[in-house]
Amino acid sequence: MNKEELKIKLTELFPTPAFDETGEWLTVNIAPDNLLSVAEILRNKVELNFDYLFCQTCVDWKTHLTMVYHLESTTYRHQLVVKAQLDRNKPEIETVSHIWRTAEFNEREAYEMFGVNFLNHPDLRLLILPDGWEGRNPMRKDFEDPVNMIRL
Amino acid sequence: MYRETEILKQPGVGEPDVFGDMIINIGPQHPSTHGVLHLVITLNGETIKKVEPHLGYIHRSIEKMCESLSFRQFIYVTSKMDYLSSHINNHGCCLCVEKGMQIEVPPRAQVIRVLMDELTRLASHQLWWGAGAMDIGALTPFFHAFREREMINDIMEETCGTRLTMNYMVPGGVMVDVHPNFQRRVKEFITHFKTKIDEYDELLTGNVIFQNRVKGVGYLSKADAISYGCTGPTARGSGVSCDIRKLYPYEVYNKLQFDEVVETGGDCFARYLVRMKEMRQSLSIVEQLVDNIPEGDVQAKTKAVLKLPKGEYYSRVETARGEFGVYIVSEGGTTPYRIKFRSPGYCNLSALDHMARGGKIGDLVAIMAMIDLVIPDIDR
Repeated sequence: MNKEELKIKLTELFPTPAFDETGEWLTVNIAPDNLLSVAEILRNKVELNFDYLFCQTCVDWKTHLTMVYHLESTTYRHQLVVKAQLDRNKPEIETVSHIWRTAEFNEREAYEMFGVNFLNHPDLRLLILPDGWEGRNPMRKDFEDPVNMIRL
Repeated sequence: MYRETEILKQPGVGEPDVFGDMIINIGPQHPSTHGVLHLVITLNGETIKKVEPHLGYIHRSIEKMCESLSFRQFIYVTSKMDYLSSHINNHGCCLCVEKGMQIEVPPRAQVIRVLMDELTRLASHQLWWGAGAMDIGALTPFFHAFREREMINDIMEETCGTRLTMNYMVPGGVMVDVHPNFQRRVKEFITHFKTKIDEYDELLTGNVIFQNRVKGVGYLSKADAISYGCTGPTARGSGVSCDIRKLYPYEVYNKLQFDEVVETGGDCFARYLVRMKEMRQSLSIVEQLVDNIPEGDVQAKTKAVLKLPKGEYYSRVETARGEFGVYIVSEGGTTPYRIKFRSPGYCNLSALDHMARGGKIGDLVAIMAMIDLVIPDIDR
């Protein structure tokens, strides 16, 4: 499916999808509460079949956090970007690790680097950072470390 | 230290059963981990119940570092991620910046880039072949592989100035033209390596002891490979067609004659075969291009200070280990607002637990060797 066909298909499936077409791929903004239902439809609908989550990350916008999911279908080779805006003080979103297994590690990274709390994640704890770093999120924009940070 | 770790708090893991569970730490400085990877393994007898990677021993927070570097500078930090595919990492970053700035790369630079990419891939696969065989217990291949890899390193040194982290690409082309000896030496290498690769097959591929160690070990199904986000030879060994060079060709890849190697075995031997056949494909690409480097500039004219327009850019390239993605969020300034590197090793590693579970502890090293982990690529 190309961008236009995908757009028509998604409009049928979801009530009022907020599309954004500035990027290379079609982007759809959703509320964090809807993520799980949207993800399940995207993965399980035969004509969509988004089975490959090739990039999952988080962006700190100082006022809020945004979770970004880059999805691709290995059968139809179409891509979709799903974005969910999170509250910066209490970032919470459902895990998708049971839908795409790669999310398990990516969510652990987002948890330690951005402090995003993934609900129902099987094993949410620090992966890259050493013990004792809980609550300090180095990839956030306001993170300060007087000793180890080098500014150019 | 790992008495207090989370692994012991999980039901069924901490409490010894009739045979008694054992927890073994491999690494962070184990020879087979090729770096500083730490695996905590729960064993029941010889059978693996769980493999838990502990990362971060070489974490440098490259993504954060890049946020304070300009669009010209950040490219070279990525050489230190996957140091065996440093050209290809640089290439991915350049493509992303070029996408944002809409820079047209001159044909000569495109060909040189692809040539360098494929030589890097060959060098990386050679190192994997030697070191991987050494992990499994065959010491000789290591010396064979390093003899040929030395030739590529010499070619790189002559043109780029360094042997491992070349930092040769710039947005809009390559830094300097190739050395006058480049073509002659690459052709020498091709004729030399063509005989040697058959020797590789004779030495290891057909070896019964080697085959017994890798056949049927570390099975990964096609659906699992996709779900775990595995790419590169790890996924292609399971029958997933995922070569970015074929699916989304960049530079001159769409004009070249080469095959995507896909094996359907799903075990370690299939992954081994993919890499061995890929070496022949890379060799053929180098052969096609080395005599056909077009004349012209090696760099497009670009502004001294690059400012990417506000927006999001994503580029994908195929490194020796799989799909490498660069995701840049720009606010229109001289530095990226946020950069994410989608490293192939990180996703491939996440499937390690799934592949090793239920197998024997002795097979774990074989599985790790055939995924070809590069730890700085995983930790970033």
